[in-house]
Amino acid sequence: MANPTPEAPQERPRGNPAQRLYAAFDSPGRRRALHLVLLAILIVTPWLSSQYVTVILTNALLYVVLCLGLNVVVGYAGLLDLGYAAFFAVGAYTIGILTQQFGFNFWAAIPFALLAAALAGVIIGGPTLRLRSDYLAIVTLGFGEIVRFTARNLEITGGASGLSHIPEPSLFGWYIDSSIDFYYVFAVLAVLAYIASQRLFDSRLGRAWLYVRHDEDAAEAMGINRVAVKLAAYVIGAIFGAVGGIFFSVNLGAISPESFSFQQSVLILMAVVLGGMGKIPGVILGAFIVVLGPELLREFDTLRLLIFAVLLLLIMLFRPSGIWPEKRS
Amino acid sequence: MLLQLNQVSLSFAGNSVLDEVAFGVAAGRIQSLIGPNGAGKTSLFNVITGFYRPQRGEITFDGERLVKRKPHSVTRLGIARTFQNVRLFREMSVLENVMAGQHCRSRAGALAAVLRLPSQRAEEKRIRATSLECLDFVGLADSQERLATNLAYGHQRRVEIARALATEPKLLLLDEPAAGLNGGEKEALVELIRRIRDERGIAVLLIEHDMSLVMSVSEHISVLDHGSLITEGTPQAVANDPRVIEAYLGQDDEELAL
Repeated sequence: MANPTPEAPQERPRGNPAQRLYAAFDSPGRRRALHLVLLAILIVTPWLSSQYVTVILTNALLYVVLCLGLNVVVGYAGLLDLGYAAFFAVGAYTIGILTQQFGFNFWAAIPFALLAAALAGVIIGGPTLRLRSDYLAIVTLGFGEIVRFTARNLEITGGASGLSHIPEPSLFGWYIDSSIDFYYVFAVLAVLAYIASQRLFDSRLGRAWLYVRHDEDAAEAMGINRVAVKLAAYVIGAIFGAVGGIFFSVNLGAISPESFSFQQSVLILMAVVLGGMGKIPGVILGAFIVVLGPELLREFDTLRLLIFAVLLLLIMLFRPSGIWPEKRS
Repeated sequence: MLLQLNQVSLSFAGNSVLDEVAFGVAAGRIQSLIGPNGAGKTSLFNVITGFYRPQRGEITFDGERLVKRKPHSVTRLGIARTFQNVRLFREMSVLENVMAGQHCRSRAGALAAVLRLPSQRAEEKRIRATSLECLDFVGLADSQERLATNLAYGHQRRVEIARALATEPKLLLLDEPAAGLNGGEKEALVELIRRIRDERGIAVLLIEHDMSLVMSVSEHISVLDHGSLITEGTPQAVANDPRVIEAYLGQDDEELAL
């Protein structure tokens, strides 16, 4: 931070091309235009692409929701979470159990799923948030595995084979069942998750996360209850995860413990880190890369995961703080 | 007394840091806490603000007991502090730093933020306006958009004071606010401390090694040595107290220069 040159002239184009591109969209008017273009692309795409592409994109949009949720925990509050798929699982299983075994209407079951996820956030967060980050990572890893093994061994969750025949939801007589229907459902969720992330970031709570992440003691001295603020991040992240899980379960119509493995948690975390922790457009980009990358490399057949891994390593070597550029230099 | 300490004792692993310290800070008073290095001054600040928990003793502030409260709760009651080595939030703007102080005076939660409720938007405006006013008070309104850690050191200290003021305190604790400042900046600091008291009615308790600054700004001085309060009184009385001179013997010349 010690910069000996006094007062470098501000506001001249600086940094790499990516930073200049970012700066070009810094004005509210241009940003609105960009939003509209992206929204139009989002709406039109399924009509121009095959069903296969639509399904892949739906998966990418699900990942956008999950990654933006984990970004609140890891990016904003700076808490390393290696068991995020657990919240995804809680949302999915609550819906599966309530609709299939207790005959709940899908929409009526949603509040219960959100509540269950929030509760899970408090249960994992409450006792562990006083731990330092590396210990926290281990505990969350364990929590993720506990949830998966519980789902695997309980009768109500269908054991290892999971739950199938989860009924498709309807809205005012319209059955949400085709792949295009679900594409739009997840597109709406991704947009809502984007707006919520942005608004949280620009809020009192969003700033409190940054304060606590930068200097816990100074934040406490400013009257910020660090435990409460971190817990809020956990619960909000859990709710994002549950929202993803809720619609994931009805999209597939079947869930099994293997959908919520440690690998799933790592993949979501990887997307967040790859794009750039705490940077919303970067995280969205990361989500798309993680889902689309292996698909685009499909023609390399057995080599594709290797190639994908090498690409990821190269990205992290050359851009250690994520693909998306820093807002301020 | 606004702040009253009674027989406060603190020790770490059997080593006594504070030994039955008792003193008070009156509302609206500018008071200094002096003493040789290692006397326990900063520890005393940490005990008052809840960062350390004393083994024995009572601390009351404005009718409330402070012992066992967490730092954020102490701040909410009306005690703000700065740190010996400036601790601003890196990678955040000057204004964002000051806005941290307003956290405990606002309440909008996650749901209000996501829905952008009118009450939340009004509160955000108020947080911004109050923080800007605090920044203006220390003379740095022009720097609000800059990265806090890119400011000159003396200005960073002022931002830290503005951030403390934004918590709307009744008592401000300054831990060596003049450390690292040049002569002109020290004079400006004296003026700022007086304005904090005169214009805002905030009591100030400062730890400081610069004796000429302490003598010129303080109305009351408490002297700590080896964890015990050895004397207190007006600057003149303290400066002429043989116990004070004795406590400082063997210290650096700089600290002897009363």
